Amino acid sequence: MIELKDVAKSFTLHNQGAAVIPVMQNATLSVQPGECVALVGASGAGKSTLMRMIYGNYLAQAGCIVVDGVDVARAEPREILELRRVTIGYVSQFLRVVPRVPTLDVVAEPLLAVGVELEAARARAAALLERLNIPRTLWGLSPTTFSGGEQQRVNVARGFAHGYPALLLDEPTASLDAVNRATVLALIEEAKARGAAIVGIFHDAAAREQVCDREIDVTGFTPQRAA
Amino acid sequence: MSFDLYPGEVMGIVGESGSGKSKLLKLLAGHLEPDLGEVLFDTRAEGLRDTVTMSEPERRMLARTDWAFVHQNPRDGLRMSVTAGGNVGERLMAVGARHYGRIREEAVDWLGRVEIDESRIDDRPSAFSGGMQQRLQIARNLVTAPRLVFMDEPTGGLDVSVQARLLDLLRGLVRDMGLSAIVVTHDLAVVRLLAHRLMVMKDGRVVEAGLTDQVLDDPQHGYTQLLVSSVLQV
Repeated sequence: MIELKDVAKSFTLHNQGAAVIPVMQNATLSVQPGECVALVGASGAGKSTLMRMIYGNYLAQAGCIVVDGVDVARAEPREILELRRVTIGYVSQFLRVVPRVPTLDVVAEPLLAVGVELEAARARAAALLERLNIPRTLWGLSPTTFSGGEQQRVNVARGFAHGYPALLLDEPTASLDAVNRATVLALIEEAKARGAAIVGIFHDAAAREQVCDREIDVTGFTPQRAA
Repeated sequence: MSFDLYPGEVMGIVGESGSGKSKLLKLLAGHLEPDLGEVLFDTRAEGLRDTVTMSEPERRMLARTDWAFVHQNPRDGLRMSVTAGGNVGERLMAVGARHYGRIREEAVDWLGRVEIDESRIDDRPSAFSGGMQQRLQIARNLVTAPRLVFMDEPTGGLDVSVQARLLDLLRGLVRDMGLSAIVVTHDLAVVRLLAHRLMVMKDGRVVEAGLTDQVLDDPQHGYTQLLVSSVLQV
């Protein structure tokens, strides 16, 4: 479902003397449907960078990033937009939404985007918010004013609303209490059971242990710096 | 310069003043004539047509029906001597609406969507604030369900709260009606929330283009890097 081969990434800072900073090379990995793979490695090793490249948010300098047959490293914007609409979901650590849009609609939006009727989409969104313990009184409000933990859960609900065949999860359990953490892990198990291919970043070792089938240490993809 | 825009896609164009972004919009919308090249539009009746070489009446027909143009200055897109309801109704009549009650109903609905109180329907736009005029212009333009909307700094003069409401409205129309739009702006936050794709212009050229979040989060060109890093964080 997700196949990376020899992916390389560097940043060129044009306004700082055109400094070129290589951050990744020969990144290769493969994730099958129903499998959850954890990216591990020290902070700054490139876990989030790799995840962003799979989503098409960062450009790759070399290699292939094939998600459901589409090479994200070479695809047209239109193809990546379609892939994001239907195939690949991304739960980032940040909630980016249009201000003033009610939480229920923020969560329902990915379903509307794939053609689900408004009522059905809202019902699914409500069920997820209920499970993630977002009080009903908040559903009509914009999540921009919510606490960090609440925003995190809204982000998770949004990411799990549509049954994407591929999922990218960046610290989905960070800043959650034990009950909500368990709910998020259950959602991940359910996604795996329906055949989703998942790539995750979890600082929470116990969570990683529970839901991930294997680990990939991205330190192995760090370019050797010239001395 | 060449690019394609598909149904349901919103393209943002950013760049500093004088970069040519507004000029490009005018060329696309037929307000200016290009020296060279084609602007092909998928017309309902005859498929792809070059709007540069089509006759003036044909182009005007397009501008009244399938296209809409939201001007930076609402005074350029409104009839200041006609009531708010009349401004919205006029576009409907231009595409053949005749039933007064239905036109007024539609006008009330659209004024509501852009948060203009129904009680202001018989007022002239000259009595409105700049922000209200801009919202009225947007209602006037979208009431006929155009397929392609050109927007020049559409949220420029608006309060942030109204700006948010409009962004949500536009996103809904894009999703539900397959509306396409080309939006010229200098506001990167607006572009991030509204545009699927982004073109960055400098000195009359496109220096970078791609998925909006990719261009903003991983800019490749020096000018784009400068643009993105210059935004004040809230």
